Amino acid sequence: MVDEATKKTLSGIPLCKTKAGPRDKDLWVQRLKEEYQCLIKYVQNNKSADNDWFRLESNKEGTRWFGKCWYVHNLLKYEFDVEFDIPITYPTTAPEIALPELDGKTAKMYRGGKICLTDHFKPLWARNVPKFGIGHAMALGLGPWLAVEIPDMIEKGIVTYKEKDG
Amino acid sequence: MTSMKEMESRIRELEEQLRAERQKNDQQRPIREKISQMSSEVVDSNPYSRLMALKRMGIVDNYEKIREFTVAVVGVGGVGSVTAEMLTRCGIGKLILFDYDKVELANMNRLFFQPHQAGLSKVQAAAYTLSSINPDVEMETHNYNITTVDNFQHFMDRISQGSLTGGPVDLVLSCVDNFEARMAINTACNELGQTWFESGVSENAVSGHIQLIEPGRTACFGCAPPLVVASNIDEKTLKREGVCAASLPTTMGIVAGFLVQNTLKYLLGFGQVSYYLGYNALQDFFPTMRLRPNPLCEDSHCRRQQEEWANKAPTNPAEADMAAGGDEPVVHEDNEWGISLVDESAPSEEPEGAGDVLGLVQGVKTAYSLPATTSDAKEEAGALAADADVSLEELMAQMKTI
Repeated sequence: MVDEATKKTLSGIPLCKTKAGPRDKDLWVQRLKEEYQCLIKYVQNNKSADNDWFRLESNKEGTRWFGKCWYVHNLLKYEFDVEFDIPITYPTTAPEIALPELDGKTAKMYRGGKICLTDHFKPLWARNVPKFGIGHAMALGLGPWLAVEIPDMIEKGIVTYKEKDG
Repeated sequence: MTSMKEMESRIRELEEQLRAERQKNDQQRPIREKISQMSSEVVDSNPYSRLMALKRMGIVDNYEKIREFTVAVVGVGGVGSVTAEMLTRCGIGKLILFDYDKVELANMNRLFFQPHQAGLSKVQAAAYTLSSINPDVEMETHNYNITTVDNFQHFMDRISQGSLTGGPVDLVLSCVDNFEARMAINTACNELGQTWFESGVSENAVSGHIQLIEPGRTACFGCAPPLVVASNIDEKTLKREGVCAASLPTTMGIVAGFLVQNTLKYLLGFGQVSYYLGYNALQDFFPTMRLRPNPLCEDSHCRRQQEEWANKAPTNPAEADMAAGGDEPVVHEDNEWGISLVDESAPSEEPEGAGDVLGLVQGVKTAYSLPATTSDAKEEAGALAADADVSLEELMAQMKTI
Protein backbone atom coordinates (compact mmCIF):
# COMPACT_ATOMS: atom_id res chain seq x y z
CA MET A 1 0.00 0.00 0.00
CA VAL A 2 2.71 2.44 1.06
CA ASP A 3 6.29 1.75 0.03
CA GLU A 4 9.05 1.25 2.60
CA ALA A 5 10.70 4.62 1.99
CA THR A 6 7.43 6.48 2.54
CA LYS A 7 6.76 4.40 5.65
CA LYS A 8 10.12 5.38 7.04
CA THR A 9 9.47 9.05 6.26
CA LEU A 10 6.07 8.84 7.92
CA SER A 11 7.44 7.28 11.07
CA GLY A 12 9.70 10.29 11.49
CA ILE A 13 6.85 12.81 11.44
CA PRO A 14 5.29 13.40 14.86
CA LEU A 15 1.56 12.73 15.15
CA CYS A 16 -1.05 15.34 16.00
CA LYS A 17 -3.38 14.80 18.95
CA THR A 18 -5.98 17.53 18.91
CA LYS A 19 -9.01 16.85 16.76
CA ALA A 20 -9.91 20.39 15.84
CA GLY A 21 -10.67 22.30 12.66
CA PRO A 22 -10.52 26.00 11.80
CA ARG A 23 -13.96 26.65 13.32
CA ASP A 24 -12.86 25.39 16.73
CA LYS A 25 -11.27 28.62 18.04
CA ASP A 26 -8.86 27.81 20.92
CA LEU A 27 -8.60 24.13 20.07
CA TRP A 28 -7.62 25.09 16.53
CA VAL A 29 -4.76 27.17 17.89
CA GLN A 30 -3.61 24.10 19.80
CA ARG A 31 -3.89 21.98 16.65
CA LEU A 32 -2.00 24.59 14.64
CA LYS A 33 0.87 24.47 17.10
CA GLU A 34 0.99 20.71 16.65
CA GLU A 35 0.90 21.12 12.88
CA TYR A 36 3.85 23.53 12.98
CA GLN A 37 5.80 21.27 15.31
CA CYS A 38 5.22 18.30 12.99
CA LEU A 39 6.22 20.30 9.92
CA ILE A 40 9.35 21.71 11.55
CA LYS A 41 10.44 18.22 12.58
CA TYR A 42 9.66 16.84 9.13
CA VAL A 43 11.65 19.56 7.35
CA GLN A 44 14.55 19.03 9.78
CA ASN A 45 14.43 15.28 9.05
CA ASN A 46 14.48 16.00 5.33
CA LYS A 47 17.43 18.34 5.67
CA SER A 48 19.48 15.88 7.67
CA ALA A 49 18.65 13.14 5.14
CA ASP A 50 19.73 15.52 2.36
CA ASN A 51 16.23 15.37 0.96
CA ASP A 52 14.91 18.87 1.65
CA TRP A 53 12.01 19.30 -0.73
CA PHE A 54 9.48 21.87 0.47
CA ARG A 55 8.79 24.97 2.58
CA LEU A 56 5.35 25.96 3.80
CA GLU A 57 3.92 28.85 5.76
CA SER A 58 0.41 29.96 6.58
CA ASN A 59 -1.65 33.06 7.17
CA LYS A 60 -1.97 33.88 10.85
CA GLU A 61 -5.27 32.00 11.19
CA GLY A 62 -3.61 28.90 9.75
CA THR A 63 -6.42 28.47 7.24
CA ARG A 64 -4.46 29.20 4.09
CA TRP A 65 -1.06 27.67 3.37
CA PHE A 66 1.46 28.49 0.69
CA GLY A 67 5.09 27.87 -0.12
CA LYS A 68 7.38 26.08 -2.51
CA CYS A 69 8.27 22.53 -3.31
CA TRP A 70 11.06 21.33 -5.53
CA TYR A 71 12.08 18.20 -7.33
CA VAL A 72 15.54 17.29 -8.55
CA HIS A 73 15.75 15.49 -11.87
CA ASN A 74 19.04 14.83 -13.67
CA LEU A 75 20.80 17.21 -11.28
CA LEU A 76 18.48 20.08 -12.14
CA LYS A 77 16.15 21.55 -9.54
CA TYR A 78 12.58 22.24 -10.61
CA GLU A 79 10.60 24.48 -8.27
CA PHE A 80 6.84 24.95 -7.97
CA ASP A 81 4.48 27.08 -5.88
CA VAL A 82 2.27 25.07 -3.52
CA GLU A 83 -0.97 26.27 -1.95
CA PHE A 84 -4.04 24.94 -0.21
CA ASP A 85 -6.86 25.92 2.12
CA ILE A 86 -7.72 24.10 5.29
CA PRO A 87 -11.35 23.02 4.78
CA ILE A 88 -13.81 23.44 7.66
CA THR A 89 -14.06 19.63 7.74
CA TYR A 90 -10.33 19.30 8.58
CA PRO A 91 -8.85 17.05 9.95
CA THR A 92 -11.62 14.58 9.00
CA THR A 93 -10.86 15.39 5.38
CA ALA A 94 -7.32 16.04 4.17
CA PRO A 95 -6.28 19.37 2.63
CA GLU A 96 -6.43 19.45 -1.18
CA ILE A 97 -2.89 20.35 -2.16
CA ALA A 98 -2.57 22.40 -5.35
CA LEU A 99 0.25 23.37 -7.73
CA PRO A 100 -1.57 26.14 -9.64
CA GLU A 101 1.14 26.67 -12.27
CA LEU A 102 0.70 23.08 -13.49
CA ASP A 103 -3.08 23.41 -13.85
CA GLY A 104 -4.16 22.14 -17.24
CA LYS A 105 -0.75 20.61 -17.97
CA THR A 106 -1.48 17.11 -16.72
CA ALA A 107 -4.53 14.90 -16.49
CA LYS A 108 -3.52 13.91 -12.96
CA MET A 109 -5.03 17.07 -11.59
CA TYR A 110 -8.41 18.43 -10.72
CA ARG A 111 -9.40 22.01 -11.60
CA GLY A 112 -7.31 24.70 -9.98
CA GLY A 113 -4.22 22.51 -10.03
CA LYS A 114 -5.31 20.24 -7.18
CA ILE A 115 -3.28 17.06 -7.36
CA CYS A 116 -5.07 13.79 -8.01
CA LEU A 117 -4.22 11.37 -5.22
CA THR A 118 -4.11 7.59 -5.39
CA ASP A 119 -6.96 5.39 -4.18
CA HIS A 120 -4.85 4.58 -1.13
CA PHE A 121 -4.57 8.09 0.22
CA LYS A 122 -8.13 8.70 1.41
CA PRO A 123 -8.60 5.38 3.25
CA LEU A 124 -5.21 5.83 4.89
CA TRP A 125 -6.04 9.38 5.93
CA ALA A 126 -9.49 8.34 7.23
CA ARG A 127 -7.95 5.61 9.37
CA ASN A 128 -5.55 8.08 10.94
CA VAL A 129 -7.86 10.96 11.87
CA PRO A 130 -6.89 13.07 13.82
CA LYS A 131 -3.27 11.90 14.01
CA PHE A 132 -2.26 12.79 10.48
CA GLY A 133 -1.59 16.43 9.74
CA ILE A 134 -0.28 18.65 6.97
CA GLY A 135 3.17 17.01 7.12
CA HIS A 136 1.61 13.62 6.47
CA ALA A 137 -0.45 15.02 3.59
CA MET A 138 2.78 16.33 2.06
CA ALA A 139 4.66 13.06 2.60
CA LEU A 140 1.86 10.78 1.41
CA GLY A 141 0.25 13.03 -1.17
CA LEU A 142 2.50 15.59 -2.78
CA GLY A 143 5.82 13.74 -2.40
CA PRO A 144 4.81 10.62 -4.34
CA TRP A 145 2.86 12.73 -6.84
CA LEU A 146 5.93 14.81 -7.71
CA ALA A 147 8.08 11.68 -7.99
CA VAL A 148 5.76 10.19 -10.59
CA GLU A 149 4.45 13.21 -12.49
CA ILE A 150 7.38 15.62 -12.71
CA PRO A 151 9.86 13.29 -14.54
CA ASP A 152 7.01 12.42 -16.91
CA MET A 153 6.21 16.09 -17.58
CA ILE A 154 9.89 16.92 -18.03
CA GLU A 155 10.21 14.10 -20.55
CA LYS A 156 7.19 15.38 -22.48
CA GLY A 157 8.60 18.89 -22.44
CA ILE A 158 5.64 20.23 -20.48
CA VAL A 159 7.90 21.30 -17.63
CA THR A 160 11.19 22.93 -18.52
CA TYR A 161 14.12 23.98 -16.39
CA LYS A 162 14.21 27.64 -15.37
CA GLU A 163 17.45 29.33 -14.30
CA LYS A 164 16.99 31.04 -10.98
CA ASP A 165 16.87 34.79 -11.53
CA GLY A 166 19.28 36.73 -9.37
CA MET B 1 0.03 58.34 -34.44
CA THR B 2 -1.94 56.85 -37.27
CA SER B 3 -1.82 53.56 -35.48
CA MET B 4 -3.56 55.21 -32.49
CA LYS B 5 -6.32 56.46 -34.78
CA GLU B 6 -6.58 53.08 -36.41
CA MET B 7 -6.94 51.49 -33.02
CA GLU B 8 -9.67 53.94 -32.03
CA SER B 9 -11.67 53.30 -35.14
CA ARG B 10 -11.17 49.58 -34.71
CA ILE B 11 -12.54 49.85 -31.18
CA ARG B 12 -15.57 51.77 -32.46
CA GLU B 13 -16.10 49.09 -35.06
CA LEU B 14 -15.92 46.34 -32.47
CA GLU B 15 -18.27 48.22 -30.16
CA GLU B 16 -20.78 48.39 -32.97
CA GLN B 17 -20.48 44.67 -33.55
CA LEU B 18 -20.87 43.99 -29.84
CA ARG B 19 -24.04 46.11 -29.73
CA ALA B 20 -25.45 44.23 -32.70
CA GLU B 21 -24.65 40.87 -31.14
CA ARG B 22 -26.22 41.94 -27.85
CA GLN B 23 -29.37 43.03 -29.63
CA LYS B 24 -29.54 39.69 -31.38
CA ASN B 25 -29.28 37.94 -28.02
CA ASP B 26 -31.88 40.19 -26.44
CA GLN B 27 -34.29 39.45 -29.23
CA GLN B 28 -33.82 35.77 -28.62
CA ARG B 29 -34.08 36.08 -24.90
CA PRO B 30 -37.36 37.23 -23.37
CA ILE B 31 -39.66 34.43 -24.26
CA ARG B 32 -42.50 34.85 -21.90
CA GLU B 33 -43.80 37.02 -19.13
CA LYS B 34 -44.00 35.72 -15.60
CA ILE B 35 -47.14 33.78 -14.79
CA SER B 36 -48.69 34.67 -11.44
CA GLN B 37 -50.77 31.54 -10.98
CA MET B 38 -50.31 28.01 -12.30
CA SER B 39 -53.21 27.07 -14.53
CA SER B 40 -54.31 23.60 -15.53
CA GLU B 41 -55.90 24.84 -18.73
CA VAL B 42 -54.67 22.70 -21.61
CA VAL B 43 -53.59 25.21 -24.24
CA ASP B 44 -50.36 25.40 -26.24
CA SER B 45 -49.32 28.57 -24.44
CA ASN B 46 -49.54 27.17 -20.89
CA PRO B 47 -46.14 25.83 -19.76
CA TYR B 48 -47.71 24.18 -16.73
CA SER B 49 -50.60 22.28 -18.32
CA ARG B 50 -48.86 18.89 -18.42
CA LEU B 51 -47.61 19.26 -14.87
CA MET B 52 -51.01 20.29 -13.51
CA ALA B 53 -52.45 17.27 -15.34
CA LEU B 54 -50.75 15.17 -12.64
CA LYS B 55 -53.55 16.34 -10.34
CA ARG B 56 -56.33 15.28 -12.68
CA MET B 57 -54.64 11.91 -13.10
CA GLY B 58 -54.62 11.49 -9.36
CA ILE B 59 -50.84 11.29 -8.96
CA VAL B 60 -50.31 14.52 -7.04
CA ASP B 61 -52.91 16.29 -4.89
CA ASN B 62 -51.47 19.77 -4.87
CA TYR B 63 -49.05 20.33 -7.70
CA GLU B 64 -49.20 24.13 -7.53
CA LYS B 65 -47.71 23.93 -4.03
CA ILE B 66 -44.35 23.41 -5.78
CA ARG B 67 -44.14 27.21 -6.11
CA GLU B 68 -43.79 27.57 -2.34
CA PHE B 69 -40.68 25.42 -2.13
CA THR B 70 -37.04 26.43 -2.10
CA VAL B 71 -34.33 23.96 -3.04
CA ALA B 72 -30.59 24.57 -2.69
CA VAL B 73 -28.45 22.85 -5.31
CA VAL B 74 -24.81 22.57 -4.22
CA GLY B 75 -22.55 21.86 -7.18
CA VAL B 76 -23.80 22.84 -10.63
CA GLY B 77 -21.85 20.33 -12.69
CA GLY B 78 -22.94 17.27 -14.65
CA VAL B 79 -25.60 16.26 -12.11
CA GLY B 80 -26.42 19.62 -10.50
CA SER B 81 -27.07 21.56 -13.69
CA VAL B 82 -29.50 18.94 -15.00
CA THR B 83 -31.12 18.76 -11.56
CA ALA B 84 -31.59 22.53 -11.57
CA GLU B 85 -33.04 22.45 -15.08
CA MET B 86 -35.55 19.74 -14.16
CA LEU B 87 -36.67 21.65 -11.07
CA THR B 88 -36.93 24.86 -13.10
CA ARG B 89 -39.10 23.19 -15.72
CA CYS B 90 -41.24 21.73 -12.92
CA GLY B 91 -41.86 25.28 -11.67
CA ILE B 92 -40.06 25.11 -8.31
CA GLY B 93 -40.49 28.31 -6.25
CA LYS B 94 -36.86 29.17 -5.70
CA LEU B 95 -33.44 27.72 -6.46
CA ILE B 96 -30.25 28.61 -4.63
CA LEU B 97 -27.18 27.54 -6.62
CA PHE B 98 -23.69 27.12 -5.18
CA ASP B 99 -20.56 26.42 -7.24
CA TYR B 100 -17.10 28.00 -7.49
CA ASP B 101 -16.19 26.60 -10.86
CA LYS B 102 -16.26 27.96 -14.41
CA VAL B 103 -17.76 26.35 -17.51
CA GLU B 104 -15.05 24.67 -19.60
CA LEU B 105 -15.06 22.96 -22.98
CA ALA B 106 -14.04 19.80 -21.12
CA ASN B 107 -17.57 19.83 -19.62
CA MET B 108 -19.25 19.43 -23.01
CA ASN B 109 -19.59 15.65 -22.68
CA ARG B 110 -22.22 16.43 -20.05
CA LEU B 111 -25.66 17.95 -20.51
CA PHE B 112 -26.94 21.53 -20.06
CA PHE B 113 -23.99 23.88 -20.60
CA GLN B 114 -23.11 25.06 -24.11
CA PRO B 115 -19.76 25.85 -25.70
CA HIS B 116 -20.45 29.60 -25.91
CA GLN B 117 -20.72 29.68 -22.10
CA ALA B 118 -17.11 28.59 -21.61
CA GLY B 119 -15.38 30.94 -19.19
CA LEU B 120 -18.54 32.04 -17.38
CA SER B 121 -19.08 30.95 -13.80
CA LYS B 122 -21.30 27.86 -13.69
CA VAL B 123 -23.87 29.51 -11.41
CA GLN B 124 -24.10 32.62 -13.57
CA ALA B 125 -24.40 30.67 -16.82
CA ALA B 126 -26.97 28.35 -15.25
CA ALA B 127 -29.09 31.15 -13.78
CA TYR B 128 -29.16 32.89 -17.18
CA THR B 129 -30.35 29.79 -19.05
CA LEU B 130 -32.77 28.71 -16.33
CA SER B 131 -34.53 32.04 -15.99
CA SER B 132 -35.05 32.16 -19.74
CA ILE B 133 -36.61 28.68 -19.56
CA ASN B 134 -38.85 29.64 -16.65
CA PRO B 135 -38.85 33.23 -15.38
CA ASP B 136 -41.24 32.31 -12.57
CA VAL B 137 -38.46 30.57 -10.63
CA GLU B 138 -36.56 32.84 -8.26
CA MET B 139 -32.81 32.36 -8.63
CA GLU B 140 -30.12 33.03 -6.08
CA THR B 141 -26.50 32.22 -6.96
CA HIS B 142 -23.29 31.98 -4.96
CA ASN B 143 -19.99 31.63 -6.76
CA TYR B 144 -17.71 30.34 -4.01
CA ASN B 145 -16.17 27.26 -2.41
CA ILE B 146 -18.35 26.20 0.54
CA THR B 147 -15.58 24.26 2.30
CA THR B 148 -13.44 27.27 3.23
CA VAL B 149 -13.75 29.09 6.55
CA ASP B 150 -14.58 32.36 4.79
CA ASN B 151 -17.63 30.99 3.00
CA PHE B 152 -18.98 28.23 5.21
CA GLN B 153 -20.90 30.46 7.63
CA HIS B 154 -22.53 32.29 4.73
CA PHE B 155 -23.43 28.93 3.21
CA MET B 156 -25.05 27.85 6.50
CA ASP B 157 -26.95 31.16 6.70
CA ARG B 158 -28.37 30.78 3.19
CA ILE B 159 -29.49 27.20 4.01
CA SER B 160 -31.19 28.34 7.21
CA GLN B 161 -32.62 31.63 5.90
CA GLY B 162 -32.81 31.30 2.14
CA SER B 163 -36.39 30.13 1.58
CA LEU B 164 -39.07 32.28 -0.05
CA THR B 165 -40.28 33.17 3.45
CA GLY B 166 -36.81 33.76 4.89
CA GLY B 167 -36.71 30.44 6.74
CA PRO B 168 -34.76 27.25 6.11
CA VAL B 169 -34.80 25.85 2.59
CA ASP B 170 -37.06 22.85 2.05
CA LEU B 171 -34.33 20.59 0.76
CA VAL B 172 -30.60 20.70 0.02
CA LEU B 173 -29.39 18.66 -2.95
CA SER B 174 -25.73 17.73 -2.94
CA CYS B 175 -24.46 17.44 -6.50
CA VAL B 176 -20.79 17.93 -5.71
CA ASP B 177 -17.97 15.75 -7.00
CA ASN B 178 -15.70 15.40 -4.00
CA PHE B 179 -15.60 14.04 -0.46
CA GLU B 180 -14.56 17.35 1.13
CA ALA B 181 -17.60 19.24 -0.16
CA ARG B 182 -19.95 16.38 0.82
CA MET B 183 -18.55 16.42 4.34
CA ALA B 184 -19.00 20.21 4.48
CA ILE B 185 -22.68 19.86 3.48
CA ASN B 186 -23.03 17.06 6.03
CA THR B 187 -21.53 19.26 8.75
CA ALA B 188 -23.87 22.14 7.92
CA CYS B 189 -26.99 19.96 7.71
CA ASN B 190 -26.20 18.09 10.94
CA GLU B 191 -25.77 21.38 12.76
CA LEU B 192 -28.95 22.86 11.31
CA GLY B 193 -31.07 19.69 11.33
CA GLN B 194 -31.60 20.22 7.60
CA THR B 195 -32.85 17.36 5.44
CA TRP B 196 -30.77 16.80 2.30
CA PHE B 197 -30.14 14.43 -0.56
CA GLU B 198 -26.65 13.25 -1.32
CA SER B 199 -25.97 12.18 -4.90
CA GLY B 200 -22.96 10.94 -6.74
CA VAL B 201 -21.51 9.28 -9.78
CA SER B 202 -18.43 7.09 -9.51
CA GLU B 203 -15.13 8.21 -11.03
CA ASN B 204 -15.36 5.43 -13.60
CA ALA B 205 -18.80 6.78 -14.66
CA VAL B 206 -20.59 3.43 -14.49
CA SER B 207 -22.33 3.64 -11.13
CA GLY B 208 -24.12 6.22 -9.05
CA HIS B 209 -26.45 6.74 -6.13
CA ILE B 210 -28.79 9.07 -4.29
CA GLN B 211 -29.25 9.04 -0.53
CA LEU B 212 -31.81 10.87 1.65
CA ILE B 213 -30.29 12.17 4.86
CA GLU B 214 -32.52 13.36 7.68
CA PRO B 215 -30.15 14.25 10.53
CA GLY B 216 -30.68 11.98 13.51
CA ARG B 217 -33.21 9.80 11.75
CA THR B 218 -31.08 8.25 9.02
CA ALA B 219 -27.36 7.67 8.75
CA CYS B 220 -25.54 10.94 8.05
CA PHE B 221 -22.82 11.08 5.40
CA GLY B 222 -20.17 10.77 8.11
CA CYS B 223 -21.73 7.78 9.92
CA ALA B 224 -19.63 5.38 7.81
CA PRO B 225 -17.00 5.53 5.09
CA PRO B 226 -18.53 6.54 1.73
CA LEU B 227 -20.75 3.90 0.15
CA VAL B 228 -20.03 2.56 -3.29
CA VAL B 229 -22.20 0.51 -5.60
CA ALA B 230 -20.20 -2.54 -6.57
CA SER B 231 -19.45 -2.29 -10.27
CA ASN B 232 -18.27 -5.91 -10.45
CA ILE B 233 -15.24 -4.78 -12.41
CA ASP B 234 -12.06 -6.56 -11.51
CA GLU B 235 -9.93 -3.88 -9.85
CA LYS B 236 -6.90 -5.15 -11.75
CA THR B 237 -8.48 -4.43 -15.10
CA LEU B 238 -9.59 -0.94 -14.08
CA LYS B 239 -7.08 1.38 -15.68
CA ARG B 240 -6.51 4.71 -14.00
CA GLU B 241 -3.26 5.61 -15.72
CA GLY B 242 -3.12 9.21 -16.72
CA VAL B 243 -6.61 10.27 -15.69
CA CYS B 244 -8.47 11.30 -12.56
CA ALA B 245 -12.06 10.75 -13.56
CA ALA B 246 -14.28 9.67 -16.43
CA SER B 247 -17.84 10.88 -16.94
CA LEU B 248 -20.86 10.06 -19.08
CA PRO B 249 -23.90 12.26 -19.75
CA THR B 250 -26.07 9.15 -19.45
CA THR B 251 -25.08 8.16 -15.92
CA MET B 252 -25.22 11.77 -14.76
CA GLY B 253 -28.61 12.32 -16.38
CA ILE B 254 -29.98 9.16 -14.78
CA VAL B 255 -28.72 10.12 -11.33
CA ALA B 256 -30.13 13.66 -11.74
CA GLY B 257 -33.44 12.08 -12.79
CA PHE B 258 -33.51 9.87 -9.69
CA LEU B 259 -32.59 12.83 -7.53
CA VAL B 260 -35.31 15.15 -8.82
CA GLN B 261 -37.93 12.40 -8.94
CA ASN B 262 -37.37 11.74 -5.26
CA THR B 263 -37.23 15.47 -4.54
CA LEU B 264 -40.67 15.90 -6.11
CA LYS B 265 -42.03 12.92 -4.17
CA TYR B 266 -40.55 14.29 -0.95
CA LEU B 267 -41.83 17.85 -1.45
CA LEU B 268 -45.25 17.11 -2.90
CA GLY B 269 -45.89 14.02 -0.77
CA PHE B 270 -46.65 11.35 -3.35
CA GLY B 271 -45.27 7.84 -3.85
CA GLN B 272 -42.46 6.48 -1.74
CA VAL B 273 -39.20 8.33 -1.25
CA SER B 274 -36.06 6.19 -1.55
CA TYR B 275 -33.64 6.45 1.35
CA TYR B 276 -30.81 5.01 -0.72
CA LEU B 277 -31.01 4.15 -4.39
CA GLY B 278 -27.94 2.79 -6.13
CA TYR B 279 -27.33 2.39 -9.84
CA ASN B 280 -24.93 -0.06 -11.41
CA ALA B 281 -24.85 0.84 -15.10
CA LEU B 282 -23.01 -2.27 -16.33
CA GLN B 283 -25.67 -4.63 -15.03
CA ASP B 284 -28.64 -2.25 -14.72
CA PHE B 285 -28.92 -3.15 -11.08
CA PHE B 286 -30.65 -0.75 -8.65
CA PRO B 287 -30.16 -1.64 -4.97
CA THR B 288 -32.32 0.23 -2.43
CA MET B 289 -32.14 0.31 1.34
CA ARG B 290 -32.59 2.36 4.48
CA LEU B 291 -29.55 3.36 6.47
CA ARG B 292 -29.60 3.54 10.24
CA PRO B 293 -27.53 6.21 11.96
CA ASN B 294 -24.32 5.17 13.67
CA PRO B 295 -24.61 5.82 17.43
CA LEU B 296 -20.82 6.27 17.48
CA CYS B 297 -20.76 8.77 14.60
CA GLU B 298 -17.74 11.08 14.80
CA ASP B 299 -19.95 14.13 14.25
CA SER B 300 -21.29 15.31 17.61
CA HIS B 301 -24.18 17.11 15.91
CA CYS B 302 -25.25 13.84 14.29
CA ARG B 303 -25.27 12.19 17.72
CA ARG B 304 -27.24 15.12 19.17
CA GLN B 305 -29.79 14.85 16.34
CA GLN B 306 -30.05 11.09 16.96
CA GLU B 307 -30.92 11.75 20.62
CA GLU B 308 -33.52 14.32 19.62
CA TRP B 309 -35.10 11.86 17.21
CA ALA B 310 -35.05 9.06 19.77
CA ASN B 311 -36.97 11.30 22.15
CA LYS B 312 -39.77 12.02 19.74
CA ALA B 313 -39.67 8.83 17.67
CA PRO B 314 -42.14 6.52 19.47
CA THR B 315 -45.10 8.82 18.76
CA ASN B 316 -44.96 7.89 15.10
CA PRO B 317 -45.06 4.23 14.03
CA ALA B 318 -42.76 4.88 11.07
CA GLU B 319 -40.19 6.41 13.40
CA ALA B 320 -40.50 3.55 15.86
CA ASP B 321 -39.77 1.26 12.98
CA MET B 322 -36.73 3.26 11.93
CA ALA B 323 -35.47 3.28 15.49
CA ALA B 324 -36.04 -0.44 15.76
CA GLY B 325 -33.74 -1.02 12.85
CA GLY B 326 -35.82 -0.19 9.80
CA ASP B 327 -36.35 -3.84 9.00
CA GLU B 328 -40.02 -3.62 8.11
CA PRO B 329 -40.47 -6.06 5.28
CA VAL B 330 -40.20 -4.17 2.02
CA VAL B 331 -41.70 -6.86 -0.15
CA HIS B 332 -40.97 -6.65 -3.83
CA GLU B 333 -42.99 -8.48 -6.45
CA ASP B 334 -39.93 -10.31 -7.59
CA ASN B 335 -36.38 -10.29 -6.37
CA GLU B 336 -34.28 -11.80 -9.10
CA TRP B 337 -31.17 -9.99 -7.88
CA GLY B 338 -31.53 -11.58 -4.49
CA ILE B 339 -31.54 -8.23 -2.74
CA SER B 340 -32.02 -8.53 0.98
CA LEU B 341 -31.36 -6.40 4.02
CA VAL B 342 -28.43 -7.64 6.02
CA ASP B 343 -29.35 -8.46 9.59
CA GLU B 344 -27.28 -6.51 12.05
CA SER B 345 -26.69 -9.60 14.18
CA ALA B 346 -25.75 -11.83 11.27
CA PRO B 347 -22.05 -12.35 10.67
CA SER B 348 -21.07 -9.76 8.12
CA GLU B 349 -18.91 -10.30 5.10
CA GLU B 350 -17.01 -7.08 5.68
CA PRO B 351 -14.25 -7.75 8.17
CA GLU B 352 -14.75 -4.68 10.31
CA GLY B 353 -15.96 -1.13 10.38
CA ALA B 354 -18.94 1.05 10.98
CA GLY B 355 -20.52 -0.02 7.69
CA ASP B 356 -21.97 -3.06 9.41
CA VAL B 357 -23.94 -0.94 11.82
CA LEU B 358 -25.83 0.59 8.92
CA GLY B 359 -27.21 -2.64 7.49
CA LEU B 360 -26.01 -2.44 3.91
CA VAL B 361 -27.84 -4.16 1.09
CA GLN B 362 -26.04 -6.56 -1.22
CA GLY B 363 -24.23 -4.81 -4.04
CA VAL B 364 -23.36 -1.78 -1.89
CA LYS B 365 -20.29 -1.57 0.28
CA THR B 366 -18.22 1.01 2.10
CA ALA B 367 -15.30 2.39 0.08
CA TYR B 368 -12.92 1.32 2.84
CA SER B 369 -13.07 0.06 6.39
CA LEU B 370 -12.10 1.92 9.52
CA PRO B 371 -10.47 0.46 12.60
CA ALA B 372 -13.00 -0.42 15.28
CA THR B 373 -11.30 1.83 17.79
CA THR B 374 -9.52 5.00 16.81
CA SER B 375 -6.54 4.52 19.10
CA ASP B 376 -3.89 2.13 18.01
CA ALA B 377 -1.59 1.51 20.95
CA LYS B 378 1.45 0.76 18.82
CA GLU B 379 1.07 3.84 16.68
CA GLU B 380 0.28 6.08 19.65
CA ALA B 381 3.70 5.17 20.92
CA GLY B 382 5.08 7.09 17.95
CA ALA B 383 6.24 10.57 18.82
CA LEU B 384 3.33 12.90 19.38
CA ALA B 385 3.75 16.56 18.73
CA ALA B 386 5.30 17.86 21.92
CA ASP B 387 3.28 20.09 24.18
CA ALA B 388 6.10 22.57 24.47
CA ASP B 389 5.46 26.00 25.88
CA VAL B 390 6.11 27.76 22.62
CA SER B 391 3.66 30.22 21.16
CA LEU B 392 2.20 29.80 17.72
CA GLU B 393 4.02 32.96 16.62
CA GLU B 394 7.35 31.52 17.68
CA LEU B 395 6.65 28.32 15.77
CA MET B 396 5.63 30.25 12.68
CA ALA B 397 8.84 32.27 12.89
CA GLN B 398 10.91 29.13 13.36
CA MET B 399 9.30 27.55 10.31
CA LYS B 400 10.18 30.59 8.21
CA THR B 401 13.84 30.58 9.16
CA ILE B 402 14.42 26.85 9.04
